[in-house]
Amino acid sequence: MSEHFADFELQLKRALSPVDPPKELEARLEGTLGSLVGMAAEELEAWELSAMRDPRNWVRPVAAAAIGSGAAVGLVLVRTQRRRHKRRKESDSAVDLLGRTLRDLGREARRVADDVF
Amino acid sequence: MAAAEETDKARLDAAFSDLYRAHLRDVYSYSYYRVGNHHDAEDLTEQTFLQAYRHFERAQRESDGRPLRPWLIRIAHNLAANYYRDRSRKPQTPIDDAGVLSAPHTTEDLVEDRDDLKRILAGVEKLPDDRREALIMRFALGMDNREIARALGRTDGATKVLLHRAIRQLEEIVKQDEGPTEP
Repeated sequence: MSEHFADFELQLKRALSPVDPPKELEARLEGTLGSLVGMAAEELEAWELSAMRDPRNWVRPVAAAAIGSGAAVGLVLVRTQRRRHKRRKESDSAVDLLGRTLRDLGREARRVADDVF
Repeated sequence: MAAAEETDKARLDAAFSDLYRAHLRDVYSYSYYRVGNHHDAEDLTEQTFLQAYRHFERAQRESDGRPLRPWLIRIAHNLAANYYRDRSRKPQTPIDDAGVLSAPHTTEDLVEDRDDLKRILAGVEKLPDDRREALIMRFALGMDNREIARALGRTDGATKVLLHRAIRQLEEIVKQDEGPTEP
């Protein structure tokens, strides 16, 4: 390997230096992974039909579903909210903005549903 | 029985937390250089870890003790491919504010150096996808040939050739962009 080639690799390494994730992403991801996937999925998986015969067992699965749904809705809203500046920039009227917002909401809801359920 | 399952689940969650903490920066760096902007890189990183969580147990079982970073990057790689296919797009803005380019510079000499690095980044953008990805994995993430091969689903030999050609092609692109040197 030539010296020039090695120099170029060194420059390439500097150009492609690692990028730190934003702090908000870390916090959001930890929250999402902790509540949405871990807790609710575990509870829902443990939901056995036999247990449903006893009304005393209804509380946990319903609570798990509520936690999962609540977190999923939260995630959809957060993601949709994050694109608001872009939407405003691209919209030429209030109606257009509303249409874009609804489309983003639908798209994010589908993505979250694909990921989680 | 239930207690044992809970212990397994707790162990699995703890292992996933370790994986997440160890490789968040890798996944984010890969995503950033792949899509070219922070907004989509955040989305891609988030999607990658959600997918990884869903399949973590199986991946751990099948990894046979090998590091899971290539598996994680492969998920990001597949999601990035879907991202472009679904939206029929390529990065629209050049990567220009990552790591070293935003680092503080203290002398004028470094400004020239910074321009060189910008030219290199612009050149990376012009490479075919597989070559660009191999370079990102090697230089931004510090992955070795074997890890890159696993992430890209290639042999070690093919990966070595891919990297070599990628660097050569990038050198050519950068040289062309610099234009003819004055006598």
